[in-house]
Amino acid sequence: MMLQAIDLALVIEKLILIVIVISASLVIAMYTTFAERKVAAILQDRRGPNRAGPFGLLQPLADGLKLFFKEEIIPNFSSKFLFILGPALAMMTAMMTSAVIPWGDKIEFFGRSVALQITDVNIGVLYVFGVVSLGVYGIMIGSWASNNKFSLLGGLRAASQIISYELAMGISMIALLMVTGTLSLKEMVIQQQQTHWNIINQPLGFLIFLICAFAECNRTPFDLPEAENELIGGYHTEYSSMKLGFYLFAEYINMFISSVIMATLFFGGYDMPFVNEALLSPNIAALVGIAALMGKVICFIFLFMWVRWTIPRFRYDQLMHLGWRILIPLALFNMLATGGVILYFGK
Amino acid sequence: MQALTNKSKQVNRAPMSFIERLYLPSIFKGMLITFSHIFKKKPTINYPEKQRPFSPVFRGLQILNRDEEGRENCTACGLCAVACPAEAITMEAAERQNGEEHLYKEEKYAAKYEINMLRCIFCGLCEEACPKDAIYLSETFTPADYQRKQFIYNKTDLLIPHPKENPDAYEKALGNRPKRESVN
Repeated sequence: MMLQAIDLALVIEKLILIVIVISASLVIAMYTTFAERKVAAILQDRRGPNRAGPFGLLQPLADGLKLFFKEEIIPNFSSKFLFILGPALAMMTAMMTSAVIPWGDKIEFFGRSVALQITDVNIGVLYVFGVVSLGVYGIMIGSWASNNKFSLLGGLRAASQIISYELAMGISMIALLMVTGTLSLKEMVIQQQQTHWNIINQPLGFLIFLICAFAECNRTPFDLPEAENELIGGYHTEYSSMKLGFYLFAEYINMFISSVIMATLFFGGYDMPFVNEALLSPNIAALVGIAALMGKVICFIFLFMWVRWTIPRFRYDQLMHLGWRILIPLALFNMLATGGVILYFGK
Repeated sequence: MQALTNKSKQVNRAPMSFIERLYLPSIFKGMLITFSHIFKKKPTINYPEKQRPFSPVFRGLQILNRDEEGRENCTACGLCAVACPAEAITMEAAERQNGEEHLYKEEKYAAKYEINMLRCIFCGLCEEACPKDAIYLSETFTPADYQRKQFIYNKTDLLIPHPKENPDAYEKALGNRPKRESVN
């Protein structure tokens, strides 16, 4: 059998890692909803949720419980299978991206060295892009299955938005790949540890990537698929109970994952600045790395929220204008300029 | 034409400069504004724990007064009901019997006294009309309720606690606002 060739301990170790990563990203997404409400409140001179538990820390649990106990409504004219498939797909694709992310270097455990990455695929970046573009299916299927015009409009907007911004994102990525010369996220982090962070080489590329990440996560100013004041709830108008919860949750997981990816690609991943990890013992170095990554992620998540509570939503034609006529030419220019520089200096 | 005030501003319709068309500087400026709000003082009062102090002329739920010995002041003269613009007050008078002198201050008293809190507009005219100091507007809100009939407050709801049997509650019901005499 094929399985016998693989070390059984490796399988167990990876399974444990998967469980940890998935539950950790769920918990983080849970507390991101709480953080979002708190940040919104603080930026608007309010207090935010402070009733459930100390400082309102149990609020996400209360929200989750509430969603579980709400009545599930499946509209009569919806196609039931797709209606249920929608949120499940959204959630699944949101979780799948975390598989190739290096969370830290490696830890020594009972004499085994365990890499803190579920799998180091040599095309990690491509995998991320593939899964992220699958994410729109959850929204599209759910909105189409709802048999509601507002949902459908939301779904259409989501699809066209994600397709438009994926292009610019991909092209800005190509420039980065030309600099790093690798598609593996782990190798990128190692390179950045040894030299400097990629943001120094690719500031314009990062800006384009950041804007596109906002659009891919359907966050304000690109939250047109939801657009609660023009489309009621957009693609999740007809959803209730935990299915709605899955959609909202998937958005926060996406936010978390895209923060991790931005930190990994442009800000050195688990690299703690001004600390030479090679001098520390591997376990401590791994902990420092995880802490550094989480610190960067928290900064990015705060940025997501900060922007959300500052900028109003784009109009639809503005969104398309920005995507096709500004970001894509800019990304192409960035790619050509990077290529030119590499060619001229022979790198 | 000369402008009446100097409040009107000329709108700048010049085409946007390159920096303005980038939008990023203005987005950044906006983000700085929202960021500065992190350090602002929050105006929220944590309601059930802390309460906003009422103004000295606040008019809340009515209260039927007793004198120092705990006798009801009201003589059911009906002046409050006449004064009431919302017609929220109804009452029935009764004659004080022998042996009831410790309950009612004068020979006539209100056997039934009802205020419909859904009609009441808390104008305080009943308080002004009363010749016997029997009705006051207190510092409490009308609590929320589930049914309309529970908003018709009768004497047991309205009467102030007995000053001798329950002095603490009596003091609390009096509130800490200055008495009307001292205000005038």
